[in-house]
Amino acid sequence: MTYPAATIVFLLLITAVIILGFSAGRWKAGDMSAIEEWGLGGRRFGTLISWFLIGGDAYTAYTFIAIPALMFGAGALGFFAVPYTIVCYPILYLVFPKLWKVARKHGFITGPEFVRARYGNRWLGLAVGVTGIFATMPYIALQLIGMQTVIGALGIPGKIPLIIAFAVLAAFTYTSGLRAPAMISIVKDLLIYVTVIVAIIVIPSELGGFAAIFAKIPPAKLILATPPAGSTGAYTGYATLALGSAMALFLYPHTTTGILSASGPRVIRRNAALLPAYTILLSLLALVGFMAVAAGVKTMPQYAAGFAQYGANFAVPALVLNAFPAWFAGVAFGAIAIGALVPAAIMAIASANIFSRDIFRQFFAGSTANETTVAKLFSIVMVIGAVAFIILIPNTYAVQLQLLGGMWIIQTFPAIAVSVFTRFFNGWALLIGWAVGIITATYLVTLNHFVGATYPFHIFGYVIPSYIAFATVILNAAIAAILSLPLNAMASDKTKDVTSVADYA
Amino acid sequence: MIKLLLLLVFVIALAVPVFNKTAPALFGFPFFYWYQIAAVPVCSLLIFIVFRAENRGDEE
Repeated sequence: MTYPAATIVFLLLITAVIILGFSAGRWKAGDMSAIEEWGLGGRRFGTLISWFLIGGDAYTAYTFIAIPALMFGAGALGFFAVPYTIVCYPILYLVFPKLWKVARKHGFITGPEFVRARYGNRWLGLAVGVTGIFATMPYIALQLIGMQTVIGALGIPGKIPLIIAFAVLAAFTYTSGLRAPAMISIVKDLLIYVTVIVAIIVIPSELGGFAAIFAKIPPAKLILATPPAGSTGAYTGYATLALGSAMALFLYPHTTTGILSASGPRVIRRNAALLPAYTILLSLLALVGFMAVAAGVKTMPQYAAGFAQYGANFAVPALVLNAFPAWFAGVAFGAIAIGALVPAAIMAIASANIFSRDIFRQFFAGSTANETTVAKLFSIVMVIGAVAFIILIPNTYAVQLQLLGGMWIIQTFPAIAVSVFTRFFNGWALLIGWAVGIITATYLVTLNHFVGATYPFHIFGYVIPSYIAFATVILNAAIAAILSLPLNAMASDKTKDVTSVADYA
Repeated sequence: MIKLLLLLVFVIALAVPVFNKTAPALFGFPFFYWYQIAAVPVCSLLIFIVFRAENRGDEE
């Protein structure tokens, strides 16, 4: 143990949270053999719990490590996380209360289930569902990386602690369902808020104030580069990265689950105005990346091994160890580790809901297995899969697959988000648009060798760099819209819609 | 029509050429940073105004 005091505080926090996770099943207790109870908390979380749950769900441990790391490495570009987590809220406000209403009316527990009922097309539902599960798997793996980084920073070697942490996660997810992360997210968020507030007061005072910190950042990294002639340059890159990420955010199965577990559409709308509090937190945390530059942790010999192993992701842990007394470093690392468990649990539950409702029940009709049992078992499969991911393949692949996951999940935007407003599309046209979107996005990412999220598109002699996800979902929607006209004229599937206009109002 | 305020949120947050500058600085923060941080409560307030205007009645 390199840091005994920090390690003891860290372990105490983790233990407390695990006990909380197991006891959560009895909170607002319902019939845990019903999937709406296990996988959606009985749709009865009010404004405050939803605020903690959706906040804990959207702002993950990986965000808290990766965004400052991006600022530390790339500079101003990393700050796109702020406009991203601003513009996601008008989208939340406009789209998701409608999805909640139609889901409540018909008992849907997932996004794909809504799509299947809306278009009477189980193949479209399958495409949307599989996209969700595939985009989520590397996301869970990244939560493990976040946890691994802080466990490594404490000087605890090997992967055994990580395996134990996630075995426990799988166990309390199995027994308590969505109530476990809902309850833990309260502890997690309080710890994160305390850590960040202390960090942005203590560290700048040690470094001579914010002006001194910004003065240490090279000018080229302080703001975005001015675009060259004939190109929109970093401006459209930055804006589309923010907008595309925001469009994708609530389409992920875990965020949809967080939203659908709210007790009503009003709770969701109110939270669209209240959740930006987390964005303030994230913006300050992003600046911790600059503080790490200013503090010069990268050249300190005691952190050389950490940087060699974890790269820029080690910037925050190194700064925390450098700037705080050991016990408080334990609190900060505990916050990050618990911040990994909350979203990982919701991701496992959400994927399990999709597997049970949209894949197993639809395509294995002969089975008499109980849907909640199927979901509970699949949640364990998801966690084991993510752990195997981290142990068997290099971490960089998880990061690359998560990048791809964002490009994939946004392709469900026309089928889910647009469809709560209009039944203009044809189901098969949406499926073709989805396929074109997935294929072009994946192809463009391979052209970038899996490192860059933006691609310079040449349009009428102009160069417009865009987040690949954003450009390809526009292509996807355009194809779906154009094909919908002839397909609806030949064989309209509008009569297969089991929802009615009143269900959304 | 009050919903148009939500459109304003996108304009404020995504107007990159407007805020991609270092001056004027505030409390040591270059403009690029304090503008975007200040945009958060402003946009939150805009959403709240829409929420209050649209949710007067009891729906749950």
